[in-house]
Amino acid sequence: MAILKSLLAFVLVIAAAAHAAAEAPDPSDWDGVLAEARGETVYFHAWGGEPRINAYIAWVGEKVKARYGIDLVQVKVSDTANVVAQVLAEKTAGRDSGGSVDLVWINGENFAAMRRTDLLMTPGWATKLPNWRYVDTEGKPTVTTDFTLATDGLESPWGMAQLVFFRNLETMPDAPTTLDALADYVAAHPGRFTYPQPPDFLGTTFLKQLLVTLAPDKDLLSKPATEEAFAAASRPVFAFLDKITPDLWRHGAAYPRNVAALRQLFADSETDLAFTFNPADVSAAIADGELPDTVRPFILDGGTIGNSHFVAIPFNANAKAGALVVADFLLSPEAQARKADPTIWGDPTVLDVTALPPKDQALFYALTEDPALLPPSQMRPTLPEPHPSWTERLEEAWVARYGNR
Amino acid sequence: MLRLGPAITLALLIGPVAAGLAGAALPAFGYLPALGGNTLSLAPFRALFAEPGLTTSVALSLWTGLASALLATTITLLFLAGWSGTRTFFWMRRMLSPLLALPHAAAALGLALLISPSGFLMRLFSPWATGFARPPDLLIVHDPAGLAVIAALVAKEVPFLLLMALAALPQTDADRLTRVAASFGYGRISGFAFAVLPRLYPQLRLPIFAVIAFATSNVEVALVLGPTTPAPLAVRLVTWMGDPDLARRFAASAGALLQIAVTGAALLLWLAFETLVKTIGCAMVRSGWRYRRDGGLRGIGAALALVCAAAIGLGLLCLAIWSVAAVWRFPDALPTHWTFAAWRDQAGATTGLTATTAAIAALATLAALLLALTCLENESRRARPPGRRALALVYVPMVVPQVSFLFGLQVLLLAAEFTPSLATVAFAHLVFVLPYVFLSLGDPWRALDPRYGQVATALGTRPWTVFFRVRLPLLAPAVLTAAAVGFAVSVGQYLPTLLIGGGRIATVTTEAIALSAGGSRRLVGVYAVLQMVLPMLGFMVALAVPAIVFRNRLGMRQAQT
Repeated sequence: MAILKSLLAFVLVIAAAAHAAAEAPDPSDWDGVLAEARGETVYFHAWGGEPRINAYIAWVGEKVKARYGIDLVQVKVSDTANVVAQVLAEKTAGRDSGGSVDLVWINGENFAAMRRTDLLMTPGWATKLPNWRYVDTEGKPTVTTDFTLATDGLESPWGMAQLVFFRNLETMPDAPTTLDALADYVAAHPGRFTYPQPPDFLGTTFLKQLLVTLAPDKDLLSKPATEEAFAAASRPVFAFLDKITPDLWRHGAAYPRNVAALRQLFADSETDLAFTFNPADVSAAIADGELPDTVRPFILDGGTIGNSHFVAIPFNANAKAGALVVADFLLSPEAQARKADPTIWGDPTVLDVTALPPKDQALFYALTEDPALLPPSQMRPTLPEPHPSWTERLEEAWVARYGNR
Repeated sequence: MLRLGPAITLALLIGPVAAGLAGAALPAFGYLPALGGNTLSLAPFRALFAEPGLTTSVALSLWTGLASALLATTITLLFLAGWSGTRTFFWMRRMLSPLLALPHAAAALGLALLISPSGFLMRLFSPWATGFARPPDLLIVHDPAGLAVIAALVAKEVPFLLLMALAALPQTDADRLTRVAASFGYGRISGFAFAVLPRLYPQLRLPIFAVIAFATSNVEVALVLGPTTPAPLAVRLVTWMGDPDLARRFAASAGALLQIAVTGAALLLWLAFETLVKTIGCAMVRSGWRYRRDGGLRGIGAALALVCAAAIGLGLLCLAIWSVAAVWRFPDALPTHWTFAAWRDQAGATTGLTATTAAIAALATLAALLLALTCLENESRRARPPGRRALALVYVPMVVPQVSFLFGLQVLLLAAEFTPSLATVAFAHLVFVLPYVFLSLGDPWRALDPRYGQVATALGTRPWTVFFRVRLPLLAPAVLTAAAVGFAVSVGQYLPTLLIGGGRIATVTTEAIALSAGGSRRLVGVYAVLQMVLPMLGFMVALAVPAIVFRNRLGMRQAQT
């Protein structure tokens, strides 16, 4: 027992210990940053579920090695929340420098969580990166507002995402482009539609899409949710879900786990339509043979939810200068154009292409056309994310209503 | 030096275990300064019990855990009783043993690809026999009663229990006992149940407890096959732990303690059930009935064991086919286009990963073997060795849910300024490998007739010579099996590798799970096959070495079958 007690005491002491964070490099002195970065190894914690993305990151690694002498190592994570937990554990243990995460691919709730618990490097670095001047802050407001929270230069934008539905042209020529049409389709074809189970990221995004489309007073959604505001705004959402749930796949007794499971159900012909948060997903899945080449994406009338994804540097990162250089390279027209290429990844750019020097613009115009990517004529507006507090309430309410039958 | 064995073992294990438990217990009572929890309270438990559907989750964990353990034990014993020593048994054992090496996640994925409404079986029989041009909307996997989870757990645990039983069987004098029972006119099954089982079961109890503990708290199988509305407790625990809202961790830690209670309750229920079976069994013995006509029951035992092997084997075949499928749509029985792209693209990555995985597993297994042998040899030399009861603590890591346990361990290693390396990951694995090594080695070791050692000592042999020339050779098959089990356990570790390695140490398993989040079945197939190959090599060595070394020793050969 005495051993246990002293151990407890030990854990308490280290848990309470806190030291000042190490001095961060200053991005305004970019030459200094470059000099410091040379020879550093940057551990980039990024979701590793997509081989195409992993291959793109490997390409970034080759470039920064050749140009800046930085060794980039992708740490393939299955859930970014685990990275947040890891940095938190380091903070708990009092490790305020030499942390294991140098750069993390992040947005939304995970960013909010890291920000709330002071796990991020000093604000303002992102807007001081040399390539920041090309970022489209006017046309793409989500690059500075992550789920309604101002990013304050705590994270650097990397790419864009929008909720995109897809179906097979041969079996379903007329896509349901409104929620009412979707509900009618589900009622007429029981068992052929479903969504990932919240709190999965994509499942929650579907709920948010319902919320921003159906909520009576949309202005409230950008402010923190209150009890009454949530009750009023979510009523039509749950009315909609109550209507479709009995006719969902497996009668709503089970739900797919995530975006991949949802796409596989579609590929296995279990469901008739599905959706994704990466506009290039369909094109990738067709190239991969997973989906037939007659599958086409569509967006709901009035637009769908969209956001940006970012990279951030933890407060205790070991290679902060190297992480800054990598973040800047990810923003370069060269890297962004390659990322937007549907044969490479197909992730939309965060840059304002029209503001680029002509030489760099050409990189973007040279990209191949792809029938499985939405043509500009079928693009619809990107709807802003609600404040993160809505997300949490939506998830809780969903779990209480449909999560245990 | 030897005397210190148990102390060193416990010091190496109890530190992490205690820190792990503290790491779970403190936040469960509201204490976690990094998240602003500075006072002790019961709020986390209130938050936990306010979670909707918690009762259902707990009931599911208990039900799937106990039902699968009961079925797996029954099938194992029935098969052992009905067929031990026959040619059928020999072949079935050859078929079942390699299945032990397959990690749970891969087994579950394979089964899902096999039995789901759009799975391999349905594809084989559609549309010509079933009339389905599209998969029917049937609730076969993710069913609310957790039947798919139970099926996968049973299929996966039967090989484990069978191997454990086979390792313990030679010490029960089973051959002579069954012969005597048969000469009294008892049937095969009743002879085994009345004469051998009472000796065998005490050695099998801990493996069964491990099965119950795993089955009530596993995440990977329940995630792939289990009900989702709501999911069993352990799955929800992981969801809460991974919630970006870090405040959820308090309730999650309270849930971790609840999980310990649920597993504990399952073990107690099992003990009660044991007493019941014992009472009934004694009555059956006293009745004098011989139960000679047991052909039907023997058939059922063999059929069930065969179904277990077939389910896992076909599931693995599915994964292997998917790894080379370019286009495979419902209801095609086989892919219409094939590709080796996944294998080719991953070739470079897999070589390094395999080497890292094997190195970690070898380190952890060697350390575990060394510790286990030191402790056990110490016991053999002393009539009443100190700390034998305390040694039971090495089994604790099998009962504590990994997530909560590892958070504490992670904090401890960070505080001690360890940078993540192969060695720290191997150390974390050791915590989980050692119990299994102890489990598979302890009972056979303790059951070894002490008179072998006594005779050798009486003939003037020094203690270490007795160890190396008498005990170790006699127990070589058990030592090698324990090593193979430890190796397989290490290869299958996901969370310890991820958390303690800080994500920098990648193994075949962490890579497989990271890629499975993206859901490319081709890649999942590649890594599932790889995950199986490594531990299988271990088991092949464990079977081959004694067979070769003892080829001229009739008694040792019998000891293995």
